[in-house]
Amino acid sequence: MATYMWKSRDRSYEQERAKLQCHTQEVLEKHPLRPMIVTGDIGKSSRSERASEGSSGIITPQHDSERVFDPLSLAVENEDPLDPLSQFLHEQDGTLPQSKKARNCNKTILGHGTRSSATGKSSDKSSSLMEPWSSRRQSILARFTTSEKLSMITSFLAGGDKVVVKAATSTVDKVKHRLEQLDDFEEGSIREMLNLSQQEYTSRIQQLNTALTQAWSDDQRVKALKIAIQCAKLLVDTSVLNFYPSKFVLVTDILDNFGDLVYERLFRKAEYSPSPRVGKPIELPLDFTPEIVPESAKETARNWFFKVSSIRELLPRFYLEAAILKSYNFISLEELSAAVKRLTGMIRGFGNPLVATYARCYLCRVAISILPMEQQYLLPNLFDFLRIFPQLKSPDVREEVSKQKMEWSEYLTLYTPALDWILECIASCSQLSQLLSEISPFGHNALVLNSLMAAFRPNDVAERALELVELMKEFEETGFPLHVLYRTLGLCLLLADPPLDQRRMKKELNAFLGDVIRRMTPGRAYEAHYHELHVILDRILSYDKDFNLLFSVENFLPYLDLFQKESVRVEACKAIIEAFLKGQKSVTPDPLIVNTLLAICKNMHDSLNALSMEDERRHMSGLINGFLCSVSYGRDFEQQLNFYCDARAAFSSLDPVMSQLVQLVNRLAVETHIIMKGNHSRKTASFVRACAAFCFITIPSMRNIFAQLSLYLLSGQVALLNQCWGQADACLKGAISLIPFVPKFLEQDGKRKSTEHLLLSILSQLTSTLLLFPDNPDQGVLSLLRGLLTIIDSYTWDINQDTKTLFHLHTLAIVAAYSQESYIYHIPGVDSNDVMYGHNETFLKELESLGTSILSQILDYLKELGNRHLYKRQSQLCLTLIQQILVHGDVNHPPLHKLTLNLWSLAQKHGRADTSSLMAIKRKVMSPENHHLASLALLLQIKV
Amino acid sequence: MTLALDIRLKRVSKVYREGDLVTGLIVIQCKNEVRHGGIFLALDGDVNLQLSARSVGIFEAFYNSVKPISLISYSLEVSKPGKLSAGVTEIPFEFPLKVSANKKLYETYHGVFVNIQYMLRCEVKKGMLAKDTVKTAEFIVEYKEHAEAAVKKPVEFTITPDSLSNVKDKSRIPSFKVRGKIDSTCCCITKPFTGELVIEECDMPIKSVELQLVRVETCGCAEGYAKDATEVQNIQIGEGDVMRGLPFPIHMVFPRLFTCPTLVTANFKVEFEVNIVVIFNDDHLITENFPIKLTRF
Repeated sequence: MATYMWKSRDRSYEQERAKLQCHTQEVLEKHPLRPMIVTGDIGKSSRSERASEGSSGIITPQHDSERVFDPLSLAVENEDPLDPLSQFLHEQDGTLPQSKKARNCNKTILGHGTRSSATGKSSDKSSSLMEPWSSRRQSILARFTTSEKLSMITSFLAGGDKVVVKAATSTVDKVKHRLEQLDDFEEGSIREMLNLSQQEYTSRIQQLNTALTQAWSDDQRVKALKIAIQCAKLLVDTSVLNFYPSKFVLVTDILDNFGDLVYERLFRKAEYSPSPRVGKPIELPLDFTPEIVPESAKETARNWFFKVSSIRELLPRFYLEAAILKSYNFISLEELSAAVKRLTGMIRGFGNPLVATYARCYLCRVAISILPMEQQYLLPNLFDFLRIFPQLKSPDVREEVSKQKMEWSEYLTLYTPALDWILECIASCSQLSQLLSEISPFGHNALVLNSLMAAFRPNDVAERALELVELMKEFEETGFPLHVLYRTLGLCLLLADPPLDQRRMKKELNAFLGDVIRRMTPGRAYEAHYHELHVILDRILSYDKDFNLLFSVENFLPYLDLFQKESVRVEACKAIIEAFLKGQKSVTPDPLIVNTLLAICKNMHDSLNALSMEDERRHMSGLINGFLCSVSYGRDFEQQLNFYCDARAAFSSLDPVMSQLVQLVNRLAVETHIIMKGNHSRKTASFVRACAAFCFITIPSMRNIFAQLSLYLLSGQVALLNQCWGQADACLKGAISLIPFVPKFLEQDGKRKSTEHLLLSILSQLTSTLLLFPDNPDQGVLSLLRGLLTIIDSYTWDINQDTKTLFHLHTLAIVAAYSQESYIYHIPGVDSNDVMYGHNETFLKELESLGTSILSQILDYLKELGNRHLYKRQSQLCLTLIQQILVHGDVNHPPLHKLTLNLWSLAQKHGRADTSSLMAIKRKVMSPENHHLASLALLLQIKV
Repeated sequence: MTLALDIRLKRVSKVYREGDLVTGLIVIQCKNEVRHGGIFLALDGDVNLQLSARSVGIFEAFYNSVKPISLISYSLEVSKPGKLSAGVTEIPFEFPLKVSANKKLYETYHGVFVNIQYMLRCEVKKGMLAKDTVKTAEFIVEYKEHAEAAVKKPVEFTITPDSLSNVKDKSRIPSFKVRGKIDSTCCCITKPFTGELVIEECDMPIKSVELQLVRVETCGCAEGYAKDATEVQNIQIGEGDVMRGLPFPIHMVFPRLFTCPTLVTANFKVEFEVNIVVIFNDDHLITENFPIKLTRF
């Protein structure tokens, strides 16, 4: 093939742009991602969307340095009401603001006793705040267990499933055993079952419960009552202290069952006649009053109470009456409250404080479900507990505790479930301050205080936190573990903040951390407590949103020093920065925060070594970048640049951080440019040069060549924008000189991938940028482009791809762009070659010869492809070249005209041409808009 | 030939007072027609006195005095001999609860040696060969409103080793001081027996504190008598080593039927006492006795 001359077409960009304008706008407005990018109230209503459509339609990126837009996070932040998932969530829990307090969620309606429909009345407003008994029940059963052997005295369990069938060794035992067996046949014989394991004991009690229900349904009500009495008697026995709370739960289940049975039966019997005329009695309404209960039902109810009141022993008498307390509803409400009062007094006769306290718990539990509105009985119960409290320290109790090898503090915690419940009841209807003053005459009581803090609303407790701490100081000698108290208070404070002023907080935090340091330092104790130390840090971070305050706490950094082990320290650093990024809503210039975080980040960064995982590096880079983005000195750009310099020094081994820094500095330069409106003063000019220098110096320290390339390019563009020709030139040169080092392959997801397409796109950008660059008068025409071409020529390209030729095709376009009288784009204040050379003939000649040499290289390559029989690739390239010529070349210039026709036939020569591309070219040629191609219109024929 | 006989009183509580009308229904249920030789209904109120085993010997001489004392007795023929049609037959009845001027209706009382009982007895005669069908129903008599009312008589007491009688060896008694208050020793029978007890001090651990209700029944006449005290009920008011110095309530409900207003007549007496019993861990006990007077109102 002969050498073809390249001739660029003259174009009027103005006209072309005008033609394109309307299209562009339309496309932009309908962009599907658009609503995600626009800031402000997204998706709130269609109104806002319409409003944004009405505006120019071109998105102006806001230079709010604090916002780094991420469409995903944006959607989360705005709590988009259109998001179906979150909407569903809202519907589910109804009250989103409350969900903050998991505790509140737990406190649902008092669900106890729903068995009996009539109890619906009892679950009401005041008790709705309380955690239901049923949920406590489980936790008590799980917490108070024992491996001791238990015993039970009962007459109602069949002997068949006797556990103790031990090998009777002596004859005496045998005889005894047989006699026992004989006894079993006699119903009602009382047996003592010994050596029961906890599980067996529990199942026995379950059996009793079924036996009771069975007896009841068999109309053996006396037997049912007897079973209930026997069960209640089990609560006298405290021989296995640790199991007592669980035993209480099990036994009261039976009593509840009994109470419900009695109540239900009375309810069914108590049919009444609503009016004298209506003869047929109907069932009582659920919210009946004693007045309408017929005399017969009252009599039956009274009989129950008479029966119960004649029970000989105190404990069963108390428990049984409490169990059927609800049935006073049939008799009279006055008697009901009188009975509660009487039962309260009755408990005073219980000598064992543990037994008494649990009895009070049961009474409160029953009473609050029947009399939710009336709560006079609650406080006397608490006061009576306080009165008998000295009994806990009586020699008897101490002896019992020591006999069972129990810690004293452990013994005291046996009281907590009962007290928790009592106080929870009280908390639902009284004020903390009032209660505190009311119990103070009884002396300070750690047990009560502990339950009190657990029962009252965390807000109330938090309000008086200081007062409570003062109280706790006085408890040193009571034996109740202080840490339990502090823990309970702490749990409240986690949910509600105490009313402390910030300075005080700081002081306290400092003192606290100081204390921790003091305790942890000797003997490197911290090594064993990294987890705890980390948890403390987490708590502080989740609480403290004010990082200035936090970092001004003197002991904070020394506290961090406790994390000696590197991995732990890095985790701590990460936690801090994560918390900072989460809590910090706006950028900050605060030097304290900046310096501290810089130190922390550096610390984290320095832990990296050759063995660090890629993920680890990425995570850290993310954190550090987040930190870098949240530092802003406002208009003090020099300070900002200094900060970036420090950061560069600190984080040199993290590529992403380096690249972020270059980006940030470039942004700084652009911001300066915007502020100065393009006209730099001497000071700003030197500042932007400093920025450019920063970039130029920083980029080579990175490892990733592609990142370097694009950053060079970006920095070059920015430098040019700021009229720093030298720096811009240097950047581009840097980029060009880097090309030979571009690796041929990259590892990506474990696969080797060719980098040529990446390189091509960068090269295209590079050449496009070159159009803006005026030639350096010292170095001849288009020295940069020529240099680039030389380097491209010497680069080893993959012979299976046509990248080099594709690049040459791009170069043709740039050559054409250079040849225009006025270039397609400019940087204001920068004279590109169009102005420099003023469409000078010599310059055009120079371009033509360059274009010609490139064209010949392309044609050579096409020939080579033909030689290698790669017709498909050849055809594709031919068509691309035709398109390039059609767009950029002057087809009316005879050699090009001829070349186009030749290429057209070459493309189709081997029948491997892509028909749709052919058609596209054909359409283009035929289009009336492209009248300059009219000469080709008839000549380009598609072979079939 | 089955025949179910039932007496249904109109009052569910079955409690009547002197002057009231005891009204109700005799309900006879039979599957087929039944012949009968007449239906009779009787109302009887008696005091039954019994002698305890140990008193029998002495009292044989006064045999007379242990004969039941009739308080009230009515009887009426509800129906002449005839037929009862199949199904349910309800025959209403009505007795005025009235006695002659010199007699009095005592309250119903079920004791050990003294029983005061009021019965309705219905009899369906069946001729010579078959057995008569009988049904009895007890009803309860209580005093009328203007009967003696309780007068509040509070008692305060202190029990110390010195206040004890019948102690043989004083040295073996632990030191203790029990203080108490009984709201009234004259009690209305429908109200509980109340008070307060404080174990002020006590060396020995306490096992239990109990209230014992005791009936004292006396049978006899001017010539001689037998007096027996037996327990009605025992109510525990303190379990285990009760807290010192903390008052705890004394509270006991008088059981129905087994108690009645204190009754003193020429032939018999029914009186009540309450014992406060403190039992120590070694099963030694101290008792303080309080005679009480029960009234209806």
